[in-house]
Amino acid sequence: MTGHLSISRRKLIVGGLMVAFACSTRARSATSKATGPSTIGGFVRISQEGGISLVMPSVEMGQGVYTAEAALLAEELDVRLDQIAAIAAPPDASLYAQPLFKAQMTGGSTSIRGFWTPLRQAGAAARSMLVAAAAQAWGVHPDECSTKDGTVLHSSTGRVLRYGEVAELAATLPMSEHPKLKSPGDFRIIGKSQRRIDTPVKVNGSAVYGIDVAVDGMKTAAVVISPVDGGKVKSVDETDARKIPGVIDVLHIGDAVAVVGEHYWAARAGVEALNVDWDLGPNAKLTTASIRAEVAKAADEGTPLKALEHGDVEARLRSAAKRLTAEYELPFLAHATMEPINTTVHVRPDGCDIWVGTQTPVVAQKHAARITGLPVDKVTLHNHLIGGGFGRRLQADTIEQAVRFAKQVPYPLKIIWTREQDIRHDRFRPCYLDRLAAGLDEQGRPSVWTHRTTSGTVRRYFDEDGWPDGKLDKDAVDGAWDSPYAFPAIRVDWIRHDPPVKLNWWRGVGPTHNVFVVESFLDELAHTAGQDPITYRRSLLDANPRARAVLDKVADAAGWNMPSEPRTGRGVSLHQNFGTYAALVVEVAVAPSGEISLKKIVAAVDCGIQINPDIVRAQIEGGVLFGLSAALFNGITFDEGRVQQGNFNDYRQLRINETPPIEVHLLNSGERPGGLGEVGTVSAAPALGNAIFAATGVRIRRLPIDRKLLSKRESS
Amino acid sequence: MISLKINGRTYSVQAPDDMPLLWVLRDLLNLKGTKFGCGIAQCGACTVHVDGRPVRSCMLSAANVGSREVTTIEAIGQKESGRRIQQAWLDLEVVQCGYCQSGQIMSAAALVERNPSPDDAEIDAAMAGNICRCATYARIRAAIKSASRT
Ligand code: FES
Ligand code: FES
Repeated sequence: MTGHLSISRRKLIVGGLMVAFACSTRARSATSKATGPSTIGGFVRISQEGGISLVMPSVEMGQGVYTAEAALLAEELDVRLDQIAAIAAPPDASLYAQPLFKAQMTGGSTSIRGFWTPLRQAGAAARSMLVAAAAQAWGVHPDECSTKDGTVLHSSTGRVLRYGEVAELAATLPMSEHPKLKSPGDFRIIGKSQRRIDTPVKVNGSAVYGIDVAVDGMKTAAVVISPVDGGKVKSVDETDARKIPGVIDVLHIGDAVAVVGEHYWAARAGVEALNVDWDLGPNAKLTTASIRAEVAKAADEGTPLKALEHGDVEARLRSAAKRLTAEYELPFLAHATMEPINTTVHVRPDGCDIWVGTQTPVVAQKHAARITGLPVDKVTLHNHLIGGGFGRRLQADTIEQAVRFAKQVPYPLKIIWTREQDIRHDRFRPCYLDRLAAGLDEQGRPSVWTHRTTSGTVRRYFDEDGWPDGKLDKDAVDGAWDSPYAFPAIRVDWIRHDPPVKLNWWRGVGPTHNVFVVESFLDELAHTAGQDPITYRRSLLDANPRARAVLDKVADAAGWNMPSEPRTGRGVSLHQNFGTYAALVVEVAVAPSGEISLKKIVAAVDCGIQINPDIVRAQIEGGVLFGLSAALFNGITFDEGRVQQGNFNDYRQLRINETPPIEVHLLNSGERPGGLGEVGTVSAAPALGNAIFAATGVRIRRLPIDRKLLSKRESS
Repeated sequence: MISLKINGRTYSVQAPDDMPLLWVLRDLLNLKGTKFGCGIAQCGACTVHVDGRPVRSCMLSAANVGSREVTTIEAIGQKESGRRIQQAWLDLEVVQCGYCQSGQIMSAAALVERNPSPDDAEIDAAMAGNICRCATYARIRAAIKSASRT
């Protein structure tokens, strides 16, 4: 999901045009109702009245992707962002697959990296067809025409046609094989901080998220789910529930019961009144201690799969002037998106409609088809704005549950989970155990580095046939094998141990975990060598100018060399993931009680060409705080098979009064655009841990941070 | 029957005594701008004004509202303070996923209504009950200041 992508240019061009071609025929027939819009490619729809809709292949969940993808299309189409409406793509991988996944999926900070060329090509192809149509209408050569803000101009005669006036003709013309793209110097939208197009409706309450869907005849359900994953309903006493005014139905599936009400509150009251007897299944005794013991055992005895090895690792470890080892541990994490899980489904004999916000519409559609027995093309998925994804809505388990319930009733059914269900029945970021060893030479420089991760694989939940034993899941080592540094010898490997807990990707994916480990351990090396953490890192970056540049920038902007007060400190992190380079300095103060306060955050980021610099900044600001929040507060634990956290009181989040000033500095390398949604999150925890070390001398090797380790008495 | 004064209109609804105002707004009156986030007064997504004060509607039963005036996100723009906050939210591009922002804006509008130029500490105190998982906090602070200057 990360690192240096090498999709050939040719492939991208062909892919982009194929997408556009496929669209042109199919979308045209799909939208041929009455005076429907003319469609050019799957991405551009222009009505005769002049309305311009751009179809967004990626889902908007806060990351600003509607604005950024619209910018790519609009730049080449030559329309302003305030002239267009963005609409969510329907599930159709042949048109809207993310080129980097070859699946219609929004995640892994891939949207702009994958669509950078295809969307500009689609916009340019549409523009050239509109120009050709106008030229034909005027009987002039297309080269004599220009475009501006949704119009075609023939400057020598002063004639003007709006896109809407030529769209119908344009849609019948052949699509150019090689639409000419603007050179960056001519960009009018890309690179400027355009207003976000998704936010006006979000400040007046009119934005429609999945949870807000209202369909004629719709009923609302609340559910109760087996408290232990893998448990089953043994029996249900529904007598009291059915007596509640407004309760309509009680529905069962294997591991959950739904009470349907005229409104949510009746359904909730119905659920409270249910009496369910559970067979808790094989995980009934699961505890965090038992999970950790199994992970440690796997780390001792499992078979490592090699991700990277070069240099004579063993010999260098033996001959090192100094040797360091350390063990790091990270917890399961829930996504806790602000919008709790919800799905609305209407199953009829002839079809099924789903209203939801999902990061994987095609997968959801496929599951619904399987569960209902309907052909895939009879399942219509209406994707919505998403109130936070962070990876949660990459899996369709919740949509499957809703379809299983909804197929038992004739009416449209909306299911809303409680916050407690949203957290307890999440699919979690894996827990990890990492063991590292490094050797230092006489000058304190690292002569060898080894990093072994033990964890489950997330990939098995995304590949139809699971994930075969003995095959490396690169996600588990991303950020470890491809750190910015040059080590004379390095070995990175992974031991697979799938815990009895369902897993999912979480903002930052593999790198969120590995960069914490790498950047913390590197800090340990610098300290052992008696060197400044930034100077030390810099000495390993001779061959990596982009990484060095962000590191220098952050050191300067953060006042790295300024003296600090007692029990305050600055920590740094550096990484290169998702095609972006990021350095972060976090400044903290640690009270004698062990309480941590964040003082200041400074980031320096080189993401190549910035589509919208203000959104870049916003993603870094939010992403860093998201990562800090988890490192400070979050870990999912189990007892008696049950998740012990449930709501924002015990799975607490950073609040505004705990948020320090944040500065984001952007470097203009002009390279290909990199990803951004996860970059800040990846940077956060290691910079925080290193800052705490600087403030207290206590090394944070386990998350979330245990304040007891930081209280004055224990650390002195 | 419960009678409610919401956004200047009077509504009569048939609702159970313990039904929170949040669900009456969303499910009985189709005012869906007010959001469900936690249900236990921890996140502020459901914030509305009751007689001008910010209140968590997930914990206030509609039956207990009585004759007090309820204002929701759908109507806050009709007040000068609300309009200024909404504009500042757009000008500073506060919003990401947006799901928390109805509640943020309601808390912020109530703050500037009673304190036209709050400092950082006053902003933090007034806004600490509103969680944003996209963590737009730095911009929320800046936007409140910008709204109080205009
Ligand atoms: S839903 Fe009311 S405070 Fe969270
Ligand atoms: S903007 Fe997403 S939760 Fe606040």
